[in-house]
Amino acid sequence: MAIERNMALTGQPPKSLNTIQKVGVLIGMSGLLMLLLASFNLNSTKEVVWLTISLAALTIGIIVFSKGAYNKKLEGIKNDGVWFKSISSRGVLAWIAGVGLTGFYVILYFFAEYLGLGQGIDGSNTGLVGLFDPLSQFLSGNPASQWFVYGTLYTVAIIAFGIKFLMKYKHNRYEQLRTYSVMFFQTAFAFIIPELMARLNSDTFTLPYNDLKNMWPLNYYAFEQWRVDQFINAQTIGLFFLILAVLMIFVISPFLTYKYGKRWYCSWVCGCGGLAETAGDSFRQLSDKSLRAWKIERWMIHTVLVFAVIMTTATISTYLGYDDTKYWFTKNAFLVSVGIFLTLLFAGILYFKRKQLNKSAVKGATGFFILTIVFLILIGFTDFGQIQIQAKYFSFGLNDKSYAADSALRAFYGFGIGAIFSGVVGTGFYPILGNRVWCRFGCPMAAILGAQQKLFSKFRITTNGGQCISCGNCSTYCEMGIDVRSYAQKGENIVRSSCVGCGICSAVCPRGVLKLENDSLDGRINSNEVLLGNDVDLMNYVNNN
Amino acid sequence: MEHIVIIGNGISGVTAARHIRKMSDKKITIVSAETDYFFSRTALMYVYMGHMNFEHTQPYENWFWKKNRIDLKSGYVSEVDYKNSQLNFKGGETLSYDKLIIAVGSKPNKFGWPGQDLDGVMGMYHKQDLEKLEKYAPNKKVCKRAVIVGGGLIGIELAEMLRSRDIPVTFLVRENSFWNGVLPAGESAMINRHIKNHHIDLRLSTNLKEIVADENGKVKSVIIQETGEVIDCDVVGLTAGVSPNVDFLKNSGIEIGRGIKVNRFLETNIPNIYAIGDCAEQHEAIGNRRPVEAVWYTGRMMGETLAQTICGNKIEYKPGHWFNSAKFLDIEYQTYGWVFGKPKEYEAQFHWIHQDDTKCITVSYHKENNEFLGINTFGIRMRHEVFDRWLTEKRDVDYVMKHLIEANFDPEFFRNFEKDILNAFQKQQPVNA
Repeated sequence: MAIERNMALTGQPPKSLNTIQKVGVLIGMSGLLMLLLASFNLNSTKEVVWLTISLAALTIGIIVFSKGAYNKKLEGIKNDGVWFKSISSRGVLAWIAGVGLTGFYVILYFFAEYLGLGQGIDGSNTGLVGLFDPLSQFLSGNPASQWFVYGTLYTVAIIAFGIKFLMKYKHNRYEQLRTYSVMFFQTAFAFIIPELMARLNSDTFTLPYNDLKNMWPLNYYAFEQWRVDQFINAQTIGLFFLILAVLMIFVISPFLTYKYGKRWYCSWVCGCGGLAETAGDSFRQLSDKSLRAWKIERWMIHTVLVFAVIMTTATISTYLGYDDTKYWFTKNAFLVSVGIFLTLLFAGILYFKRKQLNKSAVKGATGFFILTIVFLILIGFTDFGQIQIQAKYFSFGLNDKSYAADSALRAFYGFGIGAIFSGVVGTGFYPILGNRVWCRFGCPMAAILGAQQKLFSKFRITTNGGQCISCGNCSTYCEMGIDVRSYAQKGENIVRSSCVGCGICSAVCPRGVLKLENDSLDGRINSNEVLLGNDVDLMNYVNNN
Repeated sequence: MEHIVIIGNGISGVTAARHIRKMSDKKITIVSAETDYFFSRTALMYVYMGHMNFEHTQPYENWFWKKNRIDLKSGYVSEVDYKNSQLNFKGGETLSYDKLIIAVGSKPNKFGWPGQDLDGVMGMYHKQDLEKLEKYAPNKKVCKRAVIVGGGLIGIELAEMLRSRDIPVTFLVRENSFWNGVLPAGESAMINRHIKNHHIDLRLSTNLKEIVADENGKVKSVIIQETGEVIDCDVVGLTAGVSPNVDFLKNSGIEIGRGIKVNRFLETNIPNIYAIGDCAEQHEAIGNRRPVEAVWYTGRMMGETLAQTICGNKIEYKPGHWFNSAKFLDIEYQTYGWVFGKPKEYEAQFHWIHQDDTKCITVSYHKENNEFLGINTFGIRMRHEVFDRWLTEKRDVDYVMKHLIEANFDPEFFRNFEKDILNAFQKQQPVNA
């Protein structure tokens, strides 16, 4: 629209940065520059000092920037100028940030040697990875890897942008507590505890790097042979972690999702969600709200889930097959139990929840179910370990090895879903596609939790009678691309599998129409034809028809 | 096939169209001169503030209309020719109808102020007003000060809009406290303070005398009635209420008062012509409501009701308990039932205000029988459904105050004040021993 174009050229509030914000940018950028210099080995030899200053500068820069943005303002919604600012409205800055982030992910996943991994004498680290060696030594006693660098920067981002978010929503305790929670789980569970646990490792005892909250299938390698073996070999403590991993999937997570909706994980605990809610907060309005996007979402996320199930089943059954003396479970027993479990689950849902499923959902689910079962049978009758597959055809030439079919599936999943989808696209494209692209279109964990939330949960977003004015703030700021308004303006509650319960729709609503809550299952999904406030007789008449 | 033509693509007309489509197969055409597609008028402010793009204010995607066989026609109706059941458009086109629904909304009031039609003087109602504001007040360099005339809901929204771009705002309010024709004194006073906290130059008991032009016919300053003070400004916002947009019907034969006169079935004096929303005027006010109700919600209700009548289930417009909402800068406001700015003779009011000066409630009840009559709530969200029920059940005020927490609709983990409110209420109540 023409009127918005003119404004993009004026350097006026709320678009322009004030002095404090400029100082913040300067400090933050200097931290980034120090990391960049280190990548080219241009840092001082005192790595501890260099690393400390650069990380501190990044954090302080973001905090100073936020102070400049929010400190002098009264408590309330802070979305002025969101669609005028280049960074948050797909302007030039957004594209620069997107390309930069994407490039970083490509280097991280596929060209870690450019970050200095193992480039020194005797394979020691130089460059950026080398810069992080002292911190890694301090925590785990080992030299850093590119993943340690990534983990540290990830944690710094969640903490610093988390503080920004806390300042932005200082009037909203739900947002505050949720943000403290993701900051805590990232720092403690994803970062410090696994690093410290690595200290327990010795020649006779090894535990895999284990982020307790990162469960299958988000953690797609959770049941790979080397991990399971390490757990089993680590005796009591290892078995504890292995059993916990299984319990998380089948007991703990369904229970919590029943009580609170998938938000307990997606916007309170999860690391991907944590980054999306903090560093990604400025991009939530970019999600696509069209019906078309929703249709793509439903196909895509469930395809990834089916892929994850098949890949994991193939992986486990393969090592159960050729190492059958080592495990008490055999390949066929495993395949049959997976088949029975999925069949019971599918039949149970079709029968008990038929009223909540529309035709397209049943059709889609049936298709996916048959596909899964066909693969299970295929896995049962073939020996995946014997089939060789060339990876170069599937990886844009980035990988020219050949793999046995099960490891090929794993490699392809790890490359296509783990690296490209969740990393390069999911996070790299924050400034273009919004902050929850991975969570919405790709995360198999979100697909499972979403199905539970839709069918077996007390959670809903309640619509407050007839108070909606259809303004569209809720839909605009929904990072999952849910057209919240389409429900609210009809007086319907919102029960959607993709909702991560971030609570922003409720926060930005200018009329107090939306409330996230856990309540009884009766009346959770209401579809009143006539909004509250009208003629009582008319409402009864229409609702009875 | 019967052809239903609706003039106006606002909430009233669009609601009527949607419900007619749900219940029937009639041919439906919506005519608008303002925009191609339905948008939420109440959301225009957020476009100027940069919270949303204009597209975001459109509740339905563009394919919706074709899919639901609702024809959209762009054009300005200059005349309704009821004898031939035909609309005449500016530019000569015509459109015939079997049934006509007039849902043309309001226009901003102008009270004959000298200079009220100068460049840079505008209301804040139509999408075109937004475009004008964008032209005359894109930033604080072009617009060094804006003066807003009229202390109602649109006035305070316009002030918030301009402040979002750091434009200095002088806000002229005729009354001695903001919107106190509607809000009880304690609430109105709290909003006065909140307005000032947002660095808005609030002038109470102040009237506009005239708007002065520069040599190009653009606004240069305003002169205050009471003091003769001259305030330099680049934009003047006229927000002294709205009135039905019915000038084009003056000689049509359709009965006009302030608005289009309708009976309880929303029928005009001409068969097969109906009027709903802001432009309709009831012959007799319904309960405590005004004959002309320029409110989003009532427009929507009239649309729902009329759709029934059009589709053969003839029913009266019989709105339920009154409710409304607004947002004053950072403070949300909801109301359920009736709380009057100047209490009626039968009405007792209990007022509670939080020390942070951003939350308060006023509860209205009957002096004699203690029946709960209504509540205004600021900064605390409350449940529509619960108050609607309590009003229907005619609960007494003690019951409502004791069960107030059941109506709380604030987000989870928010602090509750219901105990404080109850304590305060019981303290001011004389103990009946």
